[in-house]
Parts: sequence; structure tokens; C-alpha cells
Amino acid sequence: MKDALGAPQSLLVLGGTSAIGLATARRMIARRTRTVHLAGRPSPALDASAASLRALGAEVRTVAFDALDPGSHEERLGAVFAAGDVDVVLLAFGVPGDQARDESDPVAAARVAGTNYTGAVSAGLVCAGALQAQGHGSLVVLSSTAAERARRADFIYGSSKAGLDVFAQGLGDALYGTGVHVMVVRPGFVRSRATAGRPEEPFATTPEEVAASIERGLRRRSETVWVPGALRMVTAAVRHVPRPLYRRLPV
Amino acid sequence: MAVETRVPDDDCEALTGWGRTAPTLARVYRPRSPAEVAAALRAPGARGAIARGLGRAHGDAARNAGGTVLDMTGLDRIRAVDARAGLVDCEAGVSLHRLMELLLPLGRFVPVVPATRYVTVGGAIAGDVHGGNQHTAGSFGRHVVSLELLTPDGEVRTVRPGTPLFDATTGGLGLTGVILSAVLRLPAVETSLMRVDTERARDLDDLLGRLAGGDHRYAYSTARIDLLARGAATGRAVLTRGDHAPYDALPRRHPARRAPLAFRPVRLPAPPPYVPGGLLGGASAGLFHALWHRASPRAAAGRFRPLSGFFHPLDAVPHWNRLYGPGGAVPYRFVLPYGREEVLRGIVRRIAGRRFVPPAVLQRFGPGGPGPLSFALPGWSLALDLPAGLPGLGALLDALDEEVAEAGGRVQPVGDARVRPEVLAAMYPRLDEFRALRAALDPRSVLVSDLSRRLGL
Repeated sequence: MKDALGAPQSLLVLGGTSAIGLATARRMIARRTRTVHLAGRPSPALDASAASLRALGAEVRTVAFDALDPGSHEERLGAVFAAGDVDVVLLAFGVPGDQARDESDPVAAARVAGTNYTGAVSAGLVCAGALQAQGHGSLVVLSSTAAERARRADFIYGSSKAGLDVFAQGLGDALYGTGVHVMVVRPGFVRSRATAGRPEEPFATTPEEVAASIERGLRRRSETVWVPGALRMVTAAVRHVPRPLYRRLPV
Repeated sequence: MAVETRVPDDDCEALTGWGRTAPTLARVYRPRSPAEVAAALRAPGARGAIARGLGRAHGDAARNAGGTVLDMTGLDRIRAVDARAGLVDCEAGVSLHRLMELLLPLGRFVPVVPATRYVTVGGAIAGDVHGGNQHTAGSFGRHVVSLELLTPDGEVRTVRPGTPLFDATTGGLGLTGVILSAVLRLPAVETSLMRVDTERARDLDDLLGRLAGGDHRYAYSTARIDLLARGAATGRAVLTRGDHAPYDALPRRHPARRAPLAFRPVRLPAPPPYVPGGLLGGASAGLFHALWHRASPRAAAGRFRPLSGFFHPLDAVPHWNRLYGPGGAVPYRFVLPYGREEVLRGIVRRIAGRRFVPPAVLQRFGPGGPGPLSFALPGWSLALDLPAGLPGLGALLDALDEEVAEAGGRVQPVGDARVRPEVLAAMYPRLDEFRALRAALDPRSVLVSDLSRRLGL
């Protein structure tokens, strides 16, 4: 059960090697969390992530989960919920893709969309149903500021996150009043392994800051969280820039 | 597993405690008779059932996510009153408000009055609530002559004090069975007025001294600490202590002489359903505290006040918990044994100056009940509500928990919404006894609440 301050006792991270997912898990373990399920493709990295959380004193289980295989989601994630209540589901998987290469490789581009959007829709629905059956819980969906407006530099990734973002907003409205809470998190550029070597953008943030914002959002039962918070205003302004001008902006 | 989002049917309701934090969905069923309660317990579904009264528990004691919540307020019959012997036999869903309305004209009163009279008899027993008379009268369970308990095996047992099941049920948070009815012992009163002495204490040491020095002279004693005061004034408080006024003590011309047992509580309009957060924070709270502290007389003795104003002024406003704002409030209620005043000083200093309303209530406790989850112990009890949105609140309260446990104190289970399970186990060394009794009584885990899930009870 989550306590009155939204701190969970059990956590399911979809995308068990995600830097934000692990930072959030570490933060939650420091508070209340005793059980963590890390879902991801079986790999040494997943086992290493599990070991790092185990060292903090949590009971960690890994779940074989592949975003690109929606047919298996119900069975794999259902087993997690059957083993006990899950207070918070963190939908943290996603691939950034390589915009330049993917534009000339439609299969790779479709894989980005399949992971970030289709896979997340399937996993999100499975988790939402299970949370609803247990009558409580939060589904935290990691979107991106790239979902707000298409950018020349990453519109394949951005479009997949835009789809996910709208899906999560709608799911949150569908589940309003059922005790299940859906929170959309929109971080800016996150400095992590996945973005190493890429030029840093303004309003960059870190996985730890995102984790802190997730914790605060859970306490407040927020529906949308921006990291850093100033991005809410910045993107609101950017959204209204006329397209001829927007095209020339270095975003 | 339901994958498609489904619209919950009409019985489903997102429930919170009085603090309005972390709602969970449950199927609410309102039984009308003990037979209907028994039927509900026979088919509890996969996630069990728990009884709920008027929802005044602050945290998650009377919620059951995904399961069934039995709204017991339908069982509201008063079966017998013996005014001469001072006994009432009533069903569990009867509120203390209803009992007062009924009993005061007969010259009887309820034995223990918590901070609100809108609690049910069943809830008062399950939470083993206490009032300002804890130091003289103990908690609610001490005044129960017998109770009827529907245990999860479907049997209705008459449980009397002195048995392990009775001890576990008083303060047992509804986890040993569903309380169907109880026979209560009632004290006699001559009027519905209180004779009240009010004093101001300038700081915490002054307050502790005054409380320790004079409490034995009063039946009811509480102090409200203004926790916004800092520095030398940290812990400044208003002491309110009193007794039921005897008829002969009323002045000759006093209007209550004609109708000494009238009970007419004030009822104000409720706040609107949405109250913005932060209304009670910062400057407005500071102003409220300062005004309230200064409006209280420096010292006034023997003033007559109506019961409702003395015991539960907040009950005049229905749904006053809306004033907490959309974020809700987190309760913190603990007791520290005598001799550990330095820990109390440290805690008051740490929370003084943060923003919250209403003020904290400090009182002296006498011995607690015999149950494994009995909250009271001889010492100082402090109760306060903090806005859930306060930054760093979780870490602060966790740190305070450690200090309280270290000093041999406890937090109150029914007034809790966030303690760590392992800290609770340290505070209640007989917790395993309670778990063992529950395992024997309820092998199928029929009785489950969000609190029992959170704390692994």
C-alpha cells in the first residue's frame, strides 16, 4: 500500500535498465519500498541493475519483458500482479533511436515507434487493468518534452512519445475516480548513458532530478509533471510559435 | 484480468480517511442487519472486507482497496437503555452524537469523547479512542461491558473484558471481526454544561509544569499548543480543563437552570466541496494562531460552556476536513513515556514554525488498556495534523518515528497513515501476539484493510 504521502511499498519498473527507472527505485527504496520488480529483456545489464538495488536492501525480482512482443505482456505482467499488490508502475522503457539513420531505414524507425508507443500502449493497458482490479495504485508514464511539438532533430522519437503522451492522458481520464492514478512525466533532455555523446540541450536534467519530481508528483497526485518545472512555461510558449519561425529555431 | 478500462458500478466508491489522502476504490455495501453482515463476510471476494463507520479515522484503517467496505451506519438501533444502572445496549453503527442526544435528557453521558462526536460505537471500540479524560477514565474499551463480535468464521460471539479476544478487539482496527453491538457503561451527569478553567502557558516547560501540577483536579484536560510560535515562545499553549458542572454549581439566574440537560449543538454551513490548498498556510495560519492564542483568557476559572463547544468545536462545521485543501492532511499522534520530556521538547522544536492548522493537542495519559495494540501508556500524548503537501514531511515524520520508538513511545495505529511496518513492530512488541490471534481467527484473511496491508497486520 502507498502511504498517505504517496510513498509506495512495491514498485514495478517497466524498462528495468532505464536510468530514470533505477534512480526512482533507489529513491523509493530509501523511503518505503521493499519489493521491486524490474521488467526488461533478460540481459547482464538487467541482472546488474537488480543486484545494485538488492544491495540497498530491497527484495528485487526480474521479469522477462519485451516491449516489442505485446502478445506476451498480459501473461508476464499478470504474473507480477498475481504475486502481490503493486503500488506504483513506472513505465520507463523507450529507445531514443538515431534520427539521421532512421530516416533512411523505415524498419528501424518503425521499431522506435513500436517500442515507445505500441509496446507502451499494450503494457499500459495491462497494468491499468490490474491496478483497477486491486483498487489502488499509480501508473507513472515517462513521456518527453519532445512529445509537445515536432522537432526536426528527433521527430520520429518525438512522435512516438506524443502518441504515448496522449494515450496516457486519456487513460488517466478513463481511470479518474477509480482509485488508480495516472501521471505523465515530461522531462527535458536527460543526461544519462542513453544520451551520452549527444549535444546537450537547454533545460537539461538528470535521472535523479526526474526521480525526485516523480516522488513529489506521487505525493501530490499530480497528473502532469515537467522536469525541470520551468519547462511547463517554456513549452507553452514554444507551442504557439508560428511554424515558419519555429522551423528556423535551433530546437 | 480486466484489460479494458471498465466504468465502476454504482456501489464502487473511492474512499479516503478523514485526512483525504491517497483514495482507494472499494465496493461499499451497507448492511441493514447482522444477518446481512454475516452474508457479506461469507462471500468476501478475493480482497476481503472491512467495517467502516463514519469515516473519521484519518488514515487508511477503514478502507479496502479493490475489496468490500461494510458501511455499518445502517446498524443504528439502540436496543436498550437502563438509565438507573447507566447502561446502554446499542448496535455498532450508532454514533456518539446520537447517544448524546438520547442519553443526556436521561442524565447520562458517553464515557469517552474523542475529538469528534461523529464516530460510531463500533469505530470507537475498534480504534479504542480516547478523549480529554484519558488520565482519569482510560480509553473507550474500558467502558465496554460486553460486545457482540461477528468473527470471520461466521459465528457471533459475545465477548467480555478479560478475554484475549476482547483485548485484541478493542483497538484491533476491525481486524478481529465485525463488531455488531456493544453494551456500554455510562457516567451520570447533572447538566449538559462544562465548568471550565482556562490558562495560558508561555512556553513548553511552563505547559508541562502546569499540566503535571493540576491535572488530577479535573476530569478532562487538554492543551492546544500553538506550533507556529518559535524561539522563546516555542510550545506556548492554552490549557482547557474542566468537569461536568453539577446542577448546584449553576448560578441562580443561569438559563440552564430551567433545562439543565438540553443538548443543542451549533450547526454551521459546510465549506464548499473544493477549497484551494494553502488557504490555511503561511500568513493566514499565523494570524489565526496568534488571534486564537490571544483571544483565550490568560486565566479564567469556573466558566460554564456547552458540551459541544468544549469537546468538539469543529463538529459545528460539517465536512470541515475540506479546509485541508485538495492535498489532504497527514495525522501524527504519539505518546512518550514520562521521563522522556527532552524528546518531546526536541520534537516540538523540530515541528514548530512549520505551517499547519489546527493546533497540536497535548495531554497527559494514564495507563493504557491490556490489548496488544493498545495505544496509551503513562506519558505525554501529542496529536497534530500536517498538510500532506509540506516539503520534506515524509522524511521528517520518519525521523520523529525513530525518536518516539527509541524513547519507548508509540504512534496511534488508528490515527496513522504512514508509519513504517518495522517501526510499528518496535513500538508494539506484542504485535506478533495480535498476528497469531488473527491467523487463528481468520485463516482465509477475510478481514483486510488498507492499513493491515500496509503494516502487514
